[in-house]
Amino acid sequence: MAGFGFICLLLALAVCAYGIAASIYGVRTRRWEYADSGRRAMYALAAVLTIAGLVLELAFISNDFAFNTVADTSSRTTPALYRVAAVWSSQEGSLLLWAWLLSLWSSLALFLTRRRLREVAAYATAILLGLGGFFVGLMVFYANPFSTTTPAPPEGVGLDPLLRFPTMMIHPPMLYSGYTLCMIPLAFGFGALLARRLQADWIGAIRRFAFAAWLFLGIGILLGARWSYAELGWGGYWGWDAVENASLMPWLTATAFLHSLMIQEKRGMLKVWNVSLVLATGTLAIMGTFLVRSGVLNSIHAFGGSTLGVPFVCLIGVLIAASIYLVVSRREMLRSENRLDSLLSRESMFLANNLVLVGLCFVIFWGTYFPLISEAVTGQESSVGPPWFDRYTVPLALVLVLLSGIGPVIAWRRATLANARRNFLAPVAVALLALAALAAAGLAHKPLALAMFCLGAFVLAVVAQEFVRGTRVRRAMAGESVPRALASLVQRNRRRYGGYIVHVGIAVLFIGVAASSSFQHASELQLSPGQSTKVGPYTVRYVRPTASITPKYDRAHTGSTVAFGAEVDVSKNGRHVTTLSPSEGYYASGEVSQGTVGSLIGGQPVSHVSIDGGVTRDIWGAVEPNIETGRLKKIVDAGNRTLSSDEAIVAIGLLAKEYIKKPPPAQFHFIVSPLVMWIWIGGLIVFLGGLVAVWPAPSTVRARAAARIRARSPRDLVRA
Amino acid sequence: MAALAVIIIFVLIGLIVLVVGAPLRRAAAERGGSSEGSEAPLRRAELEAAREAKYREIRDAEMDFRTGKLSEADHLALDAELRAEALEILNALEALDAEPPAGD
Repeated sequence: MAGFGFICLLLALAVCAYGIAASIYGVRTRRWEYADSGRRAMYALAAVLTIAGLVLELAFISNDFAFNTVADTSSRTTPALYRVAAVWSSQEGSLLLWAWLLSLWSSLALFLTRRRLREVAAYATAILLGLGGFFVGLMVFYANPFSTTTPAPPEGVGLDPLLRFPTMMIHPPMLYSGYTLCMIPLAFGFGALLARRLQADWIGAIRRFAFAAWLFLGIGILLGARWSYAELGWGGYWGWDAVENASLMPWLTATAFLHSLMIQEKRGMLKVWNVSLVLATGTLAIMGTFLVRSGVLNSIHAFGGSTLGVPFVCLIGVLIAASIYLVVSRREMLRSENRLDSLLSRESMFLANNLVLVGLCFVIFWGTYFPLISEAVTGQESSVGPPWFDRYTVPLALVLVLLSGIGPVIAWRRATLANARRNFLAPVAVALLALAALAAAGLAHKPLALAMFCLGAFVLAVVAQEFVRGTRVRRAMAGESVPRALASLVQRNRRRYGGYIVHVGIAVLFIGVAASSSFQHASELQLSPGQSTKVGPYTVRYVRPTASITPKYDRAHTGSTVAFGAEVDVSKNGRHVTTLSPSEGYYASGEVSQGTVGSLIGGQPVSHVSIDGGVTRDIWGAVEPNIETGRLKKIVDAGNRTLSSDEAIVAIGLLAKEYIKKPPPAQFHFIVSPLVMWIWIGGLIVFLGGLVAVWPAPSTVRARAAARIRARSPRDLVRA
Repeated sequence: MAALAVIIIFVLIGLIVLVVGAPLRRAAAERGGSSEGSEAPLRRAELEAAREAKYREIRDAEMDFRTGKLSEADHLALDAELRAEALEILNALEALDAEPPAGD
């Protein structure tokens, strides 16, 4: 079976090579049958990689430990659902997932554009097949998912306990969908430059894919943040980690592109800006993949030894060099067809918005890659932490939220001051009211958070005003009821109102971030049963220890041998609020040197956080029991000396009983964060708004609109 | 099992050749393959995209006026400008329609 899978990879490589050659030959000689053949090569690539992926999935599901990937990341005790997802927890499997998703999305994009943009699509096909071939080549030559060991080990290492979490099953496919969807605009951007077809039609063709990339990346980023908050034991959702930043950067440039492409579609402006954003987004997506897969930032000294690092750097170098060359050499064709009519216009606001987004991306890029640059210059490794990132990103985020409130209220081309004043009156009043109320509530000591709350209120008021006015207009025109008018309004103006909903989501998300980070109460201390502490307005009391043994009792399927934890009572003003049950799971290490009992719990312990989530606040608790002391250690040592590996589980039972009977003090970490839930709610609203914006209008509405337009004679368009 | 895998591989290769080669066979059957595409379809696609974008601009301007972002005077001026631009595009499309098709 492994051999069959590897041959599929070789077939995939051959298909890519043929497809690249056929597409380029077809477009250069204008023999379109070859370009069509190249497009079909992409379909064939998708089919072959699907088969290869199924082979690997079957190996995981059937516990075929002859496959090295299966042996390294799965085991017989790994729950079935996690075994399916374990495919992409390894380097090799994740490369296959990347290549497969790329081939699927590319096939869809090329199918949908098969009847137009012939030249552009042919070049795009070659580039997408080139990227597909690159990832398949990595698997064939460097990280083969079908490599085997004979004889096969009887059992696998198992899935990393940190990944045994539902959102981690879909986080990589979401993120990789985002990364691979970024390749579509990249390829079509290159195609438009190579074919010298730089009018708005290529932009229109890839708009939905750019939006889909933005949406999937956003969902992937949010899922990762949720996993960090709910699974890792530090209580945060964003740590400015290199891996987090790697996914955020292309999302920021994609956001900028989605705004400025509207300007190119309408006014033929910002062509250089748009094509640069598209190329930058794709390149940043590749760089993000490189960061995650090569481990270059974790260990700078591993760069030379990392077999994936060099090919990735070469690819990134080619992308950057080609981008610069093509944009510079086509600069005459990229000249704007119009000029900015007025600084007080939606075009200006979008441009300002883009400058802020690109500025944010630059700051994050610098902070993320600084260790590399620093070592190259000084020879000493260094890094920047969250305080550095916060110092520069928070002010930019404030400006971004402000602009997201101003943009919808300003007209295209030019707005007058009088109109602007009239349109901003109510939203500014709401923002000022919010400021007064929050300052009176005693929040003035956190000016940045206060500013974000007020700007968030401003954005919400602007969008509400837009919906109210739009509904009123619709009712006046069509005599519809309020709900019907609202539905028609959104249906007929999906991009506009979907975008407004996205802005609401972003405002809500940032309000959640500001509140949870600025007004958090945290406490980290050692407690024995019966002891309590104050965390903000809450009293937290360690009631009793808990212990659960073997996966049989492990409802969360964490796969731990044993989990020690605590029951914690949370009260406020003497009234019971909730009960938290944090625990720490201890996993088998497989290390014989740790002894028969020691090896059952000697693996990396994993914190299982307990969260009581609510609309106004989250109460978060984690515990780190100490099992290295006194009688507990004696039980383990005695078990190591006297018990065989089959009997060792008995000692685990004794350990659990002793932990309950005489629990040593445990280290607790409690956090009370206001409005955390609104981060996830904001993300959902963004997702819904995105769906509204990108959803095609119903065919009847489209047909009616098109018929109305065609029914006009050209002369009718000119008023007397 | 190995024999089955080999058979599947060959079937797969055959299917790929069949699917990927279909346009080439079709073109050969049509005596000489696809003719070179003229510039007209590409120009038409560009003009049609520009026309749709212009219609969207006209609708957006009307929406901006009705929701109070544009004064009536500004809207009238902008609307006239946009409709003149749309007319130019429609004229260009008409001119394209009037062109004789590319000869064999």
